[in-house]
Amino acid sequence: MELERLLPLLLGLAWLLPLASFALIVLLGPRMGRGGRCAGYVAILAIAAAMVLSLAALAAWLIAYPLGGDAHAAARAAKPISGDWYPLGVFGSLRITIGYYIDGLTVAMFAMVTLVATCIHVYSLGYMHEELEDVTDPLVTLSNGQTLTRRGRFHRFFQYMSLFCFSMLGLVIAGNVAMVFVFWELVGICSYLLIGFYIERKSACNAANKAFIVNRVGDFGMIVGLMAIWSGLGTFSFDKYEDSQGHTVPGIFSQVRPTSAEHALVVPDGMVRAAARAEIAEIYGTSPSVEEAEKTIRRLVPGWRSEGLGYGLLVIAGLGIFCGCVGKSAQFPLHVWLPDAMEGPTPVSALIHAATMVAAGVYLVGRFYPVFTPEVLLVIAVVGCITLFIAATIALTATDIKRVLAYSTVSQLGYMMLALGAGGWVAGLFHLFTHAFFKALLFLCSGSVIHATGTNEMPKMGGLLKKMPWTAGTMLVGCLAISGAGIPLVIGLSGYYSKDSILAQLYSYAAQNPAYGWLFYVAAGGAALTALYMFRLWFLTFVGKPRDEHVSAHAHESPKVMYVPLVVLAVFAAILGGNVPFTDLGLQPLLEQARPMGTAEGAPAGLFLPGVTMPAEHLSHADAIHTPVSLTAFAAALAGFLLAAAIYWWRVLDADALRRAFGPVYTFVRGKWCFDELYQFLFVRPALRIASLAAAVDKFAIDGLAHALARSVRLLSVFDDLIDRLFVDGLVNLTAQRVYAIGLRLREVQTGRLRQYVTWIAVGTVGLFVLVMFFWSYALAGP
Amino acid sequence: MDPLTQPIGLEHYLVVGAVLFVCGVVCMAAKRNAVGVLMGIELVLNGANLNFVAFGSEYLRPGSPYWIGLDGQLIALFVIVLAAAEAAVALAIALSFYNAHATIDVDQANELKR
Repeated sequence: MELERLLPLLLGLAWLLPLASFALIVLLGPRMGRGGRCAGYVAILAIAAAMVLSLAALAAWLIAYPLGGDAHAAARAAKPISGDWYPLGVFGSLRITIGYYIDGLTVAMFAMVTLVATCIHVYSLGYMHEELEDVTDPLVTLSNGQTLTRRGRFHRFFQYMSLFCFSMLGLVIAGNVAMVFVFWELVGICSYLLIGFYIERKSACNAANKAFIVNRVGDFGMIVGLMAIWSGLGTFSFDKYEDSQGHTVPGIFSQVRPTSAEHALVVPDGMVRAAARAEIAEIYGTSPSVEEAEKTIRRLVPGWRSEGLGYGLLVIAGLGIFCGCVGKSAQFPLHVWLPDAMEGPTPVSALIHAATMVAAGVYLVGRFYPVFTPEVLLVIAVVGCITLFIAATIALTATDIKRVLAYSTVSQLGYMMLALGAGGWVAGLFHLFTHAFFKALLFLCSGSVIHATGTNEMPKMGGLLKKMPWTAGTMLVGCLAISGAGIPLVIGLSGYYSKDSILAQLYSYAAQNPAYGWLFYVAAGGAALTALYMFRLWFLTFVGKPRDEHVSAHAHESPKVMYVPLVVLAVFAAILGGNVPFTDLGLQPLLEQARPMGTAEGAPAGLFLPGVTMPAEHLSHADAIHTPVSLTAFAAALAGFLLAAAIYWWRVLDADALRRAFGPVYTFVRGKWCFDELYQFLFVRPALRIASLAAAVDKFAIDGLAHALARSVRLLSVFDDLIDRLFVDGLVNLTAQRVYAIGLRLREVQTGRLRQYVTWIAVGTVGLFVLVMFFWSYALAGP
Repeated sequence: MDPLTQPIGLEHYLVVGAVLFVCGVVCMAAKRNAVGVLMGIELVLNGANLNFVAFGSEYLRPGSPYWIGLDGQLIALFVIVLAAAEAAVALAIALSFYNAHATIDVDQANELKR
């Protein structure tokens, strides 16, 4: 089968299998084995099958488009496969379909998502086993003072997980922006449902609402971006398609970067026209015919474009799309929801809030990369940079093991955004993939620790290394990977490669734009912070003396079903960064091949930012850049590691003394930079005040009106009732009484005496006969 | 005109049929024994049957413009069959009634009035 049909089939099946599992669990749910145990098996089966299909698709892709050789030629050869499975509707020129857009990025994302999801599903089988029985939740106190006991929700967990996998894969394979948006919201709702899995806990409930509402803010921007794209380009489709008249409608990317302009960013005609509405109206007013006017406009469009008309709309489109990504990927200033989202079960944190959904924002930025103008890219870079720094500092002070990881996730997502914004398309997405594996690993390890100790607080742990060797070992791999451990310039774990490529791109960017050199320094400092907080976590958890007797006595290694996925993920976290030895087969070349057209050569200065130019990404591979950056990154990570070891392992430095020395700063950072308080003051409280005002109006004005209406209606109905009782009922009852009396009389005729009946029949017949004889008019009886 | 002096014709049969019919009706109304009532029914049916046969006979009504074939005879046969079936069912009911009440007095069979 040719690739154009094989890949949609494989990936489409992989996409729909989790949906089938979801539907099955919804229908059968708790009846699937004891406590719904089989729901877990069904979900695992579906996602594992999806993984096999995705890996097959990856293999097919790699066979069709081998990696290596000339990257640019390969990128040109590997054309995206696009099409529609099912047209949902055509409204004028608006066309909504369920379609696919498959390129190297899609295939790689499918493999990554299904692989990570399979590991996490298997792990959940062990982690969630308590939900098979009735659960007593010690964190929920009922109004009568007792703790809550409820039915287990094992099946529901896997039901949501399946729905999430379906949504995530749908988001990745989507062939148009409308479909992306639908699945974007679907992953959001899955996230909402799973954060609120322990719905009885007030904190989980609030966290779920917070995640949902904060994401709405981002999605509002995204809708604005979608409207800008729709009004300017007239299509939602990524790739070209044929409309019902057989005209080929160009897709978003080819409109923004037409082949005729060598794939350079060009403001599309529609946006120019939208910006030059006044001139166009004037031309229509003065021209003799529509054709004439169109001809004039077509002649004038290039001039308008060079004047900069429509460029603002393109910037708005880019900023709008990025706004959605800010919400979903928890970037500053909408990062506040992700740490709270840790209220969900740990596998959820690993799958949704570390590996896949939050990375979807980065993925979308990567997907829409051709549309972004230099101004938008700079905004992305700056936002990413701020996020990475803020989150890294908060991670240093957090004591909840999952919150450290959550802030670490936010920080790493900031790295990805920063890389993308600075022109490192491959670097940013490369980090997305490596991060997915090691952060899923770290979360699952933390879940294993929480499972064993029953607490999230690191100050209560310590000395778990002997009790949980598998967990400690795999988590060490994860920590090393995220810190970017490796032998500089030779070999390293996956994080080493991806972080190096990000820093190299930033260095190259800083060399070309000295005004933005601070991006590189913050990122390099962030690398040190990353190592510091990760090893702080590891040392606090696994080495030293047990700090809490109860917790320590309780601790034990997790069952096999939990630590085997850890080992699998650890292997991937270790090896994913490099290529297969002596070949060009690896993640980085695959992404290099998937790079969107026209983004490899860097970017010229934007209209509003004449000073900033984007260096081409391949320049960052030069030794002059790569060597110093690699050494810097290594030094930064080593510094972070040594500091962590000095404080938490060797105990040369005293943590408490440091805390006191940095008193106000520590308090500020420990309070999460007061973002929650700020938002509480700026948005939540005013919103609540307006809400209470509205409630008062509702209560007094609208309710009062409604009550008055109700009272008058009630009065009317009392009258109506009277009429009904006296007249209507009386008539009906009278009729009934008469009929009853007649019936009683007639009843007496029926004596039950057979002979009497016969007599009556005979007499009656004779009587009738006599009547007929005397009174029947023969004229009526006929001849 | 004295019928006894006439040759046998349609009227004679009708008179016999009417007598049979009236006998049957009186028997039905007067007898308390269920078997007697059944006999009365048989008489009524046979009286009517006699009329059918007489009206259907070509010999008794020669040259009649209303004569339409063997319909009367056919209906008579049909009535006989019906009477047989009815007698079978009625006797079964009588037997069953006797088993339940140790009598076949029709005046006792008044439970259905309730």
